[in-house]
Amino acid sequence: MAQVEIRNVSKSFGDVKVVDNVNIFIKEGEFLVLLGPSGCGKTTLLRMIAGLEDITSGEIWIGGKVVNNTSPKERNIAMVFQSYALYPHMSVFENIQFPLKNQRMNKEKIREKVEWAAGMFGIEKLLNRKPRQLSGGERQRVAIARAMVRSPNVFLLDEPLSNLDAKLRASAREELQQFQEKVGITTIYVTHDQIEAMGLGDHIAVMSKGKVHQIGTPKEVYNNPADTFVASFMGSPPMNLIEKDDSILGFRPENFVPIDMLNADEGIETLEFFVTWFEDLGSDSLVYGNVKFQSSSSQKHVVSRLQSRANIKIEKGKTYTFAIKRQDLRFFDVKTGYKKNAH
Amino acid sequence: MGKLKKIYSKSFLGLSAFFFILFSTFPFYWMLIATFKRDHDLFSPNNNPFLFNEPATIKHLSELLFNTLFLKYMFNTFWVGTVVVVITLIIAVPAAYCLSRWSGKTGENLGIGIFLTYLVPPTLLFIPLSRIISFFGLHESLGALILIYPTFTIPFCTWLLMGFFKSIPKDIEEQAMIDGCSRLGAMIKIIFPLSISGILTVIVFTFTLTMHEFIYALSFISVSAHKTISVGVPTELVRGDVFRWGPLMAGALIPSIPVAILYTFFLDRFISGFTMGAVK
Repeated sequence: MAQVEIRNVSKSFGDVKVVDNVNIFIKEGEFLVLLGPSGCGKTTLLRMIAGLEDITSGEIWIGGKVVNNTSPKERNIAMVFQSYALYPHMSVFENIQFPLKNQRMNKEKIREKVEWAAGMFGIEKLLNRKPRQLSGGERQRVAIARAMVRSPNVFLLDEPLSNLDAKLRASAREELQQFQEKVGITTIYVTHDQIEAMGLGDHIAVMSKGKVHQIGTPKEVYNNPADTFVASFMGSPPMNLIEKDDSILGFRPENFVPIDMLNADEGIETLEFFVTWFEDLGSDSLVYGNVKFQSSSSQKHVVSRLQSRANIKIEKGKTYTFAIKRQDLRFFDVKTGYKKNAH
Repeated sequence: MGKLKKIYSKSFLGLSAFFFILFSTFPFYWMLIATFKRDHDLFSPNNNPFLFNEPATIKHLSELLFNTLFLKYMFNTFWVGTVVVVITLIIAVPAAYCLSRWSGKTGENLGIGIFLTYLVPPTLLFIPLSRIISFFGLHESLGALILIYPTFTIPFCTWLLMGFFKSIPKDIEEQAMIDGCSRLGAMIKIIFPLSISGILTVIVFTFTLTMHEFIYALSFISVSAHKTISVGVPTELVRGDVFRWGPLMAGALIPSIPVAILYTFFLDRFISGFTMGAVK
C-alpha cells in the first residue's frame, strides 16, 4: 500500500496538451475514480502513473518516492486494461502466476498464491483454460486476480467493466468494491460512467480537456459541483442550468417539484413550468418543459424528476407552478462557469 | 433444379481440383520416373514416356550420390541456408518489432521502403555486389552467398514480421511490462511466443529462397566443391550438350522432398503468416 501524489503533471503530444497541470493526492488505501468524457486525458494520466507514458512536466510520487524515471516494473503497481490484456498463449494459471514468476518466487509459494487469488474471485475451476475459452466476466476476473496476486502498492484500473453487459457490470461493481475494501490497496479507477464513479469511489476527480475540474466525495461532487462542466456532467439527467442576470442558476431535476410538495416556510423559489413532454420510467417520471423568468422574455428548457409514488398528475401542454428550495439552488459565474458563493 | 445446380457446381469444383492436382504433381511424377528409369527406357522413342517400360533401376541415384559432388552441394546449401536464416532472424525480428511499435506512420513508410528494396532484381545488383565481394576477398567461397543472401531475405522478412507484430495488441506487451518484465523481457516472453507462426514462416521462406537462388550463386562461385544445389546440379550434370537426365532428375527430386514436407505440415501457419496484419 502506498499513497500517490500527482504534482503539476502535464503531458503533451506535439502541440496538443492532453493532461494540463494536474494535482491529485490519493491517500493510502483510498479508492479514487478519474471521471470524464472520452478524450479528456484520464487514461493518459493513468498510463503516466503506471510508467507507460513519459511525463512532459511535473512529478508523480508513489510511496514517498518520485517515480518519473522509474520503469513500470520497478513501481510495483498492478493494472487492469480495458481489454484485460490476458496472455492468449497461457492458461489462466500461467496468466496469474506470470507476475510472481517474474519476481522469481519459488514454485510452491506461487501455487499457493495463485490458488488464493483464484479462490478470491471464484475462478478456481478455470485455471487450466485458455483465455479464449472464457466469457467476458470470467476474463475480467482473471485479469483482476492477476493484478492482485502479488499485493501491489497501487492498483490501476482502466474502464475494466466497460466490456461487460449492464447486469454483469452491476454485480462486478459490487464485487470490486467489496474486494477493494477487504484488501485496502490504494486504487485509481478510470471511467467515463458517472454511475460507476458515484458507486465505487471514496473520491472522484472529474476531468475535462486535460484538466481536473473538481476532486471530492461522490456526494460533494454531485451536490456541490465546482463549475458548470461538473454540474452538467454528473447526474442523469444533469443539473438544470439557467442563465439569470449575471449568474447561471443550477438545480437538480429531483429538487424541482410541484409547489405543494414543499413547505413554503423553508424558503423556496417558484417558477411557472410549461410542460412539453412527460416520460414515465417506472420508479421515476421525467417532466420536460420550459420556465420563464419575469426579468427576461426568453424561455428556458428544464427537466424535473418526480418519484412515481408521489402520484402527481401532470399533463403535457399545461402550465404548473413548480418550486425549488433555496438551499438546493447553486450559482455559477456566467463568464468563468465557476461556482459562486450562495446569495 | 437446385439439386442439379449443386451437382454441376460440385463436379466443376472436383474437375478443377483434379486438373490442378495433375498440373502441380506432374513435375514430381516426371522427376520420379526419370530418376528410376533405365537409360534405354528413357531414350527409346518407341516407349511410353509416362510409364516404366523396363524394370526400374537405382543406377542414376547411386551415380548422383557417389560419383558426383551432390552430397557436397547439399551440405553447402544446407549450411548457407542455416546461416542465412540465423542472420535474417537476428536482424529482421528486432527491426520488424521496432518498426511496428515505435515509429507510427514513419515506421510504416520505412517498412514499405525496406520491402521495396527486395524488389530490385538480382540481375541488376550482382555487378556492384561483385565489387563488394572481391573487396572482402570472398570470391569463390560460401561466405559470398552468406553475405549476399541476407540482402534480399532481411527486407522481405522484416516486412512480413511487421504485420505479425502489429497484430499483437500493444496492451498485452504493456501488461507484461507492468507484470515485471523489461521491454526486452516482454518481447521474449510474450511477443515471440505469440508470433511463432510468423517466425516459422520466416525460417521456411528464407530457407527455400536461399535454396533456389541461382544468379548470385552462379556469378560468385565457379569452384565445384563450393557450389550449391541450384547451380551444381545444372552445371555439373550437363556436360556440353549431353544431359544426364537420370541423375539430373534425381538431383532435382531429392531437395524438393523436404521442402514439400515442410510446406505440407506448416501450410496453415504459412498462409496465416502471409495474411496476418492484412486481415483483422
